[in-house]
Amino acid sequence: MQRGTQNGMVALIAVAVLVAGMGTTRAETLRLLTWGGYAPDEVVEMFEAETGIDVEVTKSNNEDMISKLRATGGSGFDLAQPSQDRVASAQVDHDIYKPMDLSKIDEDQIVTSMLQSTNDKTEVDGKVYSVPHVWGTSGLIVNTKLASGIKDYTDLCGPNLEDKVSYRLKRPTLIGFAFAMGMDPFAAYENPATYEAILAKVEEALIACKKNVKAYWTGGDALIALLRSGEAVAAMGWDAGGWKLNSENPDIVYIAPTSGALGWIDTFTLPRKTENEEAAYKWINFVMRPEVAAKITAAAGNFTASKGSEKFVEEKLQKQFAQSFNPVTLGEIKWYPPVPPGLEVMEGKVLDRIQAAKTN
Amino acid sequence: MSTPPQIRLGLLLLFAPIVFWLALLVILPHVDMLLISLRVRVAPREYATSLANYAEFFTEPLYWNTFARTAIMSVTATVMTLLIAFPVSYYIAKMVRGRSKTFLFLLCLTPFWVSELVRTFGWMILLRETGIVSSLLLWSGLTDARVELLYNDAAIMVGLVYTSMLFMVVPLVTTLDSLDDSLVEAGYDLGGNSFTVMRHIVIPHAMPGIASGSIVVFMLTLGNYLTPKLLGGKDSLWFTDQIYTQFITRFNWELGSAFGFLLLVLSSAIVWIGLKLSGQTLSATVR
Amino acid sequence: MPVTSPSTDADLECVQLVKRFGDFTAVDDVSFTIAEGSFFSILGPSGCGKTTLLRMIAGFQRPDGGDIRIKGKSIVALPPNRRPVNMVFQHLALFPMMTVEQNIAYGLKRRKASRAEIARKVAAVLERVGLPELAGKRIDQLSGGQKQRIAIARCLVLEPALLLLDEPLGALDLKLRERLKVELKELQAQVGTTFAYITHDQSEALVMSDQVAVMDRGRFVQVGTPQQLYFEPRTAFVAGFVGDSNRWSGRVEDTNGTEAIVITTNGLTMIATRAGEPALSKGDAVDIFVRPEAIVLGRDADGAGGCENRLPGRVESLLFDGANSRVMVRHPATGGDIMVALPQTGELMGLRRGEDVYLGWRARQATCFAAAP
Repeated sequence: MQRGTQNGMVALIAVAVLVAGMGTTRAETLRLLTWGGYAPDEVVEMFEAETGIDVEVTKSNNEDMISKLRATGGSGFDLAQPSQDRVASAQVDHDIYKPMDLSKIDEDQIVTSMLQSTNDKTEVDGKVYSVPHVWGTSGLIVNTKLASGIKDYTDLCGPNLEDKVSYRLKRPTLIGFAFAMGMDPFAAYENPATYEAILAKVEEALIACKKNVKAYWTGGDALIALLRSGEAVAAMGWDAGGWKLNSENPDIVYIAPTSGALGWIDTFTLPRKTENEEAAYKWINFVMRPEVAAKITAAAGNFTASKGSEKFVEEKLQKQFAQSFNPVTLGEIKWYPPVPPGLEVMEGKVLDRIQAAKTN
Repeated sequence: MSTPPQIRLGLLLLFAPIVFWLALLVILPHVDMLLISLRVRVAPREYATSLANYAEFFTEPLYWNTFARTAIMSVTATVMTLLIAFPVSYYIAKMVRGRSKTFLFLLCLTPFWVSELVRTFGWMILLRETGIVSSLLLWSGLTDARVELLYNDAAIMVGLVYTSMLFMVVPLVTTLDSLDDSLVEAGYDLGGNSFTVMRHIVIPHAMPGIASGSIVVFMLTLGNYLTPKLLGGKDSLWFTDQIYTQFITRFNWELGSAFGFLLLVLSSAIVWIGLKLSGQTLSATVR
Repeated sequence: MPVTSPSTDADLECVQLVKRFGDFTAVDDVSFTIAEGSFFSILGPSGCGKTTLLRMIAGFQRPDGGDIRIKGKSIVALPPNRRPVNMVFQHLALFPMMTVEQNIAYGLKRRKASRAEIARKVAAVLERVGLPELAGKRIDQLSGGQKQRIAIARCLVLEPALLLLDEPLGALDLKLRERLKVELKELQAQVGTTFAYITHDQSEALVMSDQVAVMDRGRFVQVGTPQQLYFEPRTAFVAGFVGDSNRWSGRVEDTNGTEAIVITTNGLTMIATRAGEPALSKGDAVDIFVRPEAIVLGRDADGAGGCENRLPGRVESLLFDGANSRVMVRHPATGGDIMVALPQTGELMGLRRGEDVYLGWRARQATCFAAAP
C-alpha cells in the first residue's frame, strides 16, 4: 500500500533479521558494502584463493550505505565504502562507524597526499575513520558532433539546447553550478547564511534552465541511454560514464569544466559493529596492490589511490584520461570537503522547489 | 458453550503465524514510525518530541501540492483503469465461454510475469524519442520529426493504468460473473436499451467489485514509486518519491515518517470519501 | 399442421419457425396461433426446444426461418426491448438491487412515463396481485410466492400483448406450486392478458391452460384443449407424456381396422382401439395405453362385467393418497404390474396387500398406437 514507507521499514527489519543470521553462521566472511565495480568477481576470487575468506558483496551508493548502517546502528557489514565527504557528518549524527587502526594499513601502497587528505577530512574527535580507495570526478559529457561551445556547467543552459541536456537533481549539480557562476560554495560551508544565498542564486538559474532539460537522470544507465541515443547532447556526469561512452562513440567526450571538475574520493570505512575487522584490513591491503587496483580501475572505470597502479591500467583509459585532463585542469579539481550537518536539509528544499517549478 | 481446550490450542497455533506476521511486519514498524515522526533533531544524536514534522507538511506548499497532485493523478488513473477494465471484464465474464475465457484471463495476467521494473523499462523503450512508437510514426509519415512521448504525465498515466489493469479486472470479472444472465435479459425485455441496462442493472450489481477494484488500484497507484519516477518528466512530483527522498537521500527519517503517516491517513480518508459518495460500505466490498 | 393465415383475433402467430444450433435443429418448422386472452401452454420434456421457441418470441434468439407476428405484425426484426411481449423468467430475474416498487417501475421509466403515472400504475398492479403492502420491500425479503407475483406484476404493468412464462413454478416446492397453479390461472382470467406458458410438468399445463401444445424433438406433436390431449391423444408420445398410463408393447394379432387383438410382449391378450394414423394391420408393433382410472377393480370376477379385457391379479401394494389413491396389482401369470385408481366408494375400503382381485377395462379405453420405429 504505502510502498515508500514499507520500503523503509520492512527493508530495515528484513536486513536486521538477515544480518543477525549471517553473522553467527559463518565466521570467516567479509561482508562488503560497496559500489558497483569496486569488487569485481576476479578480484574477489583472487582474495578468496589467497586468504580463504569469503567475500559477500552488497552494491550500494552513499545515501543507501548511510541508511542501511543507520538502521542497524552500524552492524550487518564488515567494511563500507562511503565517499570521504559523507563520513564525518554521518558519524557525528548517527555514530555508525568505527575508527580505523592505521597501523594495520600498508600505507606505502597508497598515494601519500590522498591518504593524508582523506585522513584529515574524516577525522572526528581526533580519531581517523577512513582511508582512500577509488577517486574520480564529475564534469561534462558532451556529444561534440551535436553540440558545440559547451565548456562549463552554465553552458548547459545556453540557447539551442532546448530539451537536449540532462543532469541530476542532486547536490553535485548545485555545487557545480555555484562554481560555474563564479561563487565558492565550499568556502561557505561553515556559514549557513552565505550558503543559503548561494543556493538561492543557483535555484533561480536551474529553474530558468529547466526548459533545456530532457530529463533529470537518476542512474548511470539512464544517463548513458540518453546520451548514446542522441536524445541528450550534453550532460553533467561522471568521468567513468563519459569514458565508457567515448569508447563506443568517439564524438562523445568527457571534459573538465573551466570552473573545475568536482572531485570525489570513495573510502574504506569500518562500520561500528564490524565483526571481522581483520578480514577488512586484509581486503584493504589486498586491493591496494597496484596490479589488483588496476583490475578495479578496469571494472569501475575510475582510478584508485594505489601507488603505481597506472602502469597496469590499460592504455585506452589512460588516453581518455589524458584527453579529459591536463596538468592545469587536474590541479583545478574541486575536492568535496566534509558536508557539515544541516546543509543537506537546505539543499533538499532547493532541489524540491526546482523539481516543482513549472517549465517556462 | 465452551470450546474444548485442544481446539482452542489448535486455533491459537493456526492464527499464530498471522498474528506474528501482523505484529512484526505491520504494527511494530508503524508504531516505530509514529514515534520517529513525532521527534525533531535538535543537535547531533539529540532529539525532542514535537509535531513540527506534521506542521512542515501543512505549511510548506511544496509538500502539500505534491500530495494533492499525487492524489489527483491516482484518482484519474483509477478512473481510467476502471473505464478500460470494465468493458474488458464484461467481455471476459459475459461474452466468452470456456477455454477462450481462461485464455483471455491469463492474457491479462501476462504482464505480471515480469517485474515492475522490466515492465516500466519496456514502456521507456516504446515511448522514448528514439523509441519504437516514435520510429513508427516517423516511418509511416504521420509525423515529420521524432516525437518525445516519455517524461510527461501522460506517460506516467499509461504506465500506471497498465500496471493496475489486473487489479481492476479480477474483482470486476468475479462480480460480473455472478450476475445472472437472465437479469440482463429481463432488463432488455422490460424495455431497457443497452445504456439503461448497463446503468440500472449491470453497474449496480458490479458496484462492490468496482469499489474494491478501485480501492486496490488507488492505493497501489498512490504508493507506486518506480513508474512515476522512471516515466515522469522534469516537472513531475510524486509523494512516495518525496518520502523516499526524505528517508534515503536526506536522512530525514523524522519528516519521512511523518509523510508516511500522512499518506496513510489521507489516502484512507480519500477512500472513505469515495465509499461514502458511491454509497458503498467497506464490508460490502470485501464480501 | 396447416399454416394459419393472418387473423385479427390472434395475439400471436408463429409461422414455420426454425432454429438450428449447428447440426442440431432445436425448433423444427413450428406453426401455431394463440387466441387473444387465452392461456396457452407448451408442454414438453427438457431439451424439446420449448425454451428456444419462447426465447425467439421474446427476441433473445433469432429464428433461422419463419415469421413471428403479433396482432398481425411481424416482430422478427425487432429487438427484445421493442417487442410488445414480456417474459417471466424461470428464476424470475427480479432485480435484487431495487425494491419491489422500483422493479415494477423499471419498465414504465423506460417508456418515459410521468412520475404520477408510474406511481398510479405501480400501486394499481400491486393491488391487482394482492400485495400492496410490499412496495418498499427489498427482493430478498419476499417469500417464493410473493416473488412470483411481483415478477408477473412487473410485466403486467406494461400491459403487454402477450406474457411469456418460462417454467416460473419450476424452482418452488410442491405445495406452493399447487397453490400458485390455481392463483396464476385466476390471475390470468382476471387480467385477460394472453399467457404463453412453457413447462415440462403436465399437471401445470392441464390445470391452467385453455390450449396445450405438446412438443417433442423440436416439433409440435399435438395441440388441443387439456381434455383432448388427455382423452384423445393422437400419438403414443402424447398418451405417455400427458397423464399417467399403464403401457404395454405388443404385436397385432388380428384387426378390423378400428379394434385390434394384440398380444403383448409379456404374453397378455388384449382388445384395444386404434387411435391416430395410420391404420393397423396384422403383425404391426403397437403400444397400448390404459389410464389407471379406466380400469374397473372388483373382489370377484363379476365386478369387471361388460369389459372386453379382464385379468385376475393380486394386490401388490396400496398407494394411499386421498382422492388420488392407487393400487398396484400384479398379474400372477406374467408378473407384470398394473396401476389401478382406487375408487373412493366404500366397498373396496378394506382392500389389503395380498388379496386376490379382478381387473377389467373396455376396449375403447385401451388406446393403441403404431410403435415408434
